[in-house]
Amino acid sequence: MNDLSATLGRTLDDLDRLEAQSIYIFREMFHKIDKVAMLWSFGKDSNVMIHLARKAYFGKVPFPLIHCDTELEMNDVYQFRDRYAKEWGVNLISEMCPPLETTDASLPHSARVAARKTGGLKNVIKRMRFNGIVVGIRRDEEGTRAKERYFSPRDDEGQWEVKDQPPEFWDQFMTDFPSGTHVRIHPLLHWSELEIWQYIQRENIPVVPLYFARKYPEYGDKLMRYRSIGEKGITFPVESPAATLNEIIEELKHTKVSERSGRPMGSDEDESTFERLRADGYM
Amino acid sequence: MGSVAMKDDVARRQLKIVIVGHVDHGKSTLIGRLFYETDSLPNGKFEQITDQCQRRGMPFEWAFLVDALQAERDQGVTIDTTQIRLRTADRDYIIIDAPGHRQFLKNMVSGAANSEAALLVIDANEGVGEQSRRHGYLLQLLGVQQVSVAINKMDLVGYSEKRFNGVRDEYVAYLSSIGIIPTHVIPISGKEGDCLTSPSANMPWYQGPNIMDSLGSFSPKPDLNDLPLRLPVQDIYKFDERRIIVGRIESGTLRVGDDILFSPSNELAKVASFERWGGDLKDNSPQVEATAGESVGLTLTEQIFVQRGDLISHSNDAPELTNLLRARIFWLGSTALEVGSRYLLKINTAEHQVEVREIEQVLNTNDLSRVKANRIEQYEVGEVLLRLRGLAAVEDFSINHVTGRFVLLDEYRIAGGGTINLSGIANQRSELAVKSENLHPFESRIDPVCRSMANGHVGAVLWFTGLPSSGKSTLALELQNKLFAQGNQTFVLDGDNIRSRLNADLGFEPQDRTENIRRVGEVSALFADAGMIVISAFVSPYEEDRDRARAAVGNRFHCIYIDADAEICEERDPHGLWKKVRQGEISNFTGVDAPYEVPAYPELVINTGEYSIDQCVDQLLDYVNSQLVEPVRSL
Repeated sequence: MNDLSATLGRTLDDLDRLEAQSIYIFREMFHKIDKVAMLWSFGKDSNVMIHLARKAYFGKVPFPLIHCDTELEMNDVYQFRDRYAKEWGVNLISEMCPPLETTDASLPHSARVAARKTGGLKNVIKRMRFNGIVVGIRRDEEGTRAKERYFSPRDDEGQWEVKDQPPEFWDQFMTDFPSGTHVRIHPLLHWSELEIWQYIQRENIPVVPLYFARKYPEYGDKLMRYRSIGEKGITFPVESPAATLNEIIEELKHTKVSERSGRPMGSDEDESTFERLRADGYM
Repeated sequence: MGSVAMKDDVARRQLKIVIVGHVDHGKSTLIGRLFYETDSLPNGKFEQITDQCQRRGMPFEWAFLVDALQAERDQGVTIDTTQIRLRTADRDYIIIDAPGHRQFLKNMVSGAANSEAALLVIDANEGVGEQSRRHGYLLQLLGVQQVSVAINKMDLVGYSEKRFNGVRDEYVAYLSSIGIIPTHVIPISGKEGDCLTSPSANMPWYQGPNIMDSLGSFSPKPDLNDLPLRLPVQDIYKFDERRIIVGRIESGTLRVGDDILFSPSNELAKVASFERWGGDLKDNSPQVEATAGESVGLTLTEQIFVQRGDLISHSNDAPELTNLLRARIFWLGSTALEVGSRYLLKINTAEHQVEVREIEQVLNTNDLSRVKANRIEQYEVGEVLLRLRGLAAVEDFSINHVTGRFVLLDEYRIAGGGTINLSGIANQRSELAVKSENLHPFESRIDPVCRSMANGHVGAVLWFTGLPSSGKSTLALELQNKLFAQGNQTFVLDGDNIRSRLNADLGFEPQDRTENIRRVGEVSALFADAGMIVISAFVSPYEEDRDRARAAVGNRFHCIYIDADAEICEERDPHGLWKKVRQGEISNFTGVDAPYEVPAYPELVINTGEYSIDQCVDQLLDYVNSQLVEPVRSL
């Protein structure tokens, strides 16, 4: 096998390292947590997360995916779901979220839609008795997410004890729990928005077309694209000419517009709202 | 920043930098201001922070960039560690803010342990604080070798060169006494922005590098490709016809065809292939080599018994094996570490039960004095001797950081971390090697590995010990039924089939009890050699006798203590033995007029007084399935 020598001196780049770390987290999780499901919002991050899971498990996703459905997703999003749920052969649970009236009326409207999602998630966790939920949040999205752990325990009400998180270092995580606890697993925690897009390009991962710039009647001649995709009425496009993967990546290298600027809820309009939502179990 | 030429993405390499130091010495403030000075704040962030501070009736607070929690903002203190990206023309930094309050040291460690370099911040006005020293010491312990010092709040001391020199000399002397030579010592004001990205007009006497210069001088941690191969087994997958061993290569490189050794089991094998899933990419060329940092999947040319926690090395360059560890520990648990305490030790993917055998010294990180003590309190550092149940594959921390460090779990949480010092500790691999040499004449026998592959489990002895009527035989027979139903090879040895036949010549005097157990130990070993899970249920009251049985069987011996109070046993008394004792018909009865020594280190304790028979059998089944049956995850 003389040709072996040709590959000597293999070196990893930043994306290789990010990928290897996520696969490591997935495999630790799969060994330690017995009843797991993964959230799929159809956004770029959760598509990357499914891709990484398939790398970790050699093409399979050996646990169900959950979509907390408010029936308010954009049409492109539902089309994307129908196509790739079939193409990737995943086991998708569509969980209908409880209505708006069941949420805390003191919250702003956009936060109440988010609280519906939390309600749907809590219901499906309870019904199916999941003790681990894989979520595609990243540290660079938002201040409280920047303080998260890879393995983040929640009590039986889904509450996050943010002031007393378990130590986590040297890739040793809290993976055993008293009964009644469930754990959020965050395999994308260390990725940035830019790296997600670089990886989507490198690995040829499909995304909802709303991420690419186009004209919308309500914005006239302006080119607009979604930086982050959420429900109708609480997520908006931002002005941007980036219509290809290359253009998005170039834009992100230089932009000073925050990723969640198209989402009133995540943009700290009311600084305590997001933390309240997350402490109560929001993603 | 758009006008600055960016370095080619391929050449860029992330660098993780942790900011540490005493509480209130201005770490979070420095980070906020650094983002402002490098023009890295997102649009609207400055205005937003202004607004948030006004609402609290406080002056502008740079720390709000990273102190995102309400409690942090309200109390003006960093509680948990944060990671934030700083993208410059040359490089992507991951800036890790670590809390300086003593109470949040576990969060400081969570942030600092993963960093490649550190910036130690000291308040020029307050001078060197308790946590300044402790953090410095912990960096050294965690293996963070690149360190710069920022002497902060120079505005509060009138930008005095004399004050700077005083603090610098004191702190640099401390650092050098623990083996850290700082790259730079820089006078700054985080609040006012002096010396963060450019020279400061307020300090013309300082001509050295600024903060960004200093961060730029750090290099990423080198890959561990040049060290011997170390690949901890994470799991074994059987999603299809392939049996894939997965894990991350922590050091070295591995190629198809390499001869590899699994430790501590000492099994040899050859790499048949690397397995991977390539997504939609059309790169179907087989992978022939993998290197440090990669999460890999591999298959073997021959089937051997593999478990999570095994450490793969090349067969000619193996890690050391030991059941005794000397380590330097930093303790985070709220309950002190004490001599005799037991913990779960995790080293990479391996887990071991350990007992603290000795605390050799406790170190005062303030004045570096060392004292002998019986306990290590929360946030203290000390040197300990740990005794492991079974052998662990380890290395000296100075030789390989990744295989030379571990964490200790108390209940569910990580309660401490440690780095291994193997000087004076014997490598027990040589003893194993001798043993296998002794086996050489019997090579023509069926290989035990082949037996275990055929059976789907290893041969082993489950040694049930406990008082008469504690439930040993009942559980043994129930467990046997369940194991047999699962398709396992299993057999029960107990008084009924041993005492009446093989050992019919023995009574209940101490020397006869000893001989009884010696023979049972040897018979059990033969059954285990035959590949069976043999359940030996005997009162076996003496620790010495059980140890002899363990020696006969080797590491396939599992001591299981069937625990029930004497009162409960007497109440059950299924054979009327206790009654006969009370009536004076039987003497030398264990638990009454003969002693029972409770096992000091059982592998498992089953409490039949507290749990039902079904619950006890479930606990036993869980144990057997996790320890003896090949752990393979499949769909």
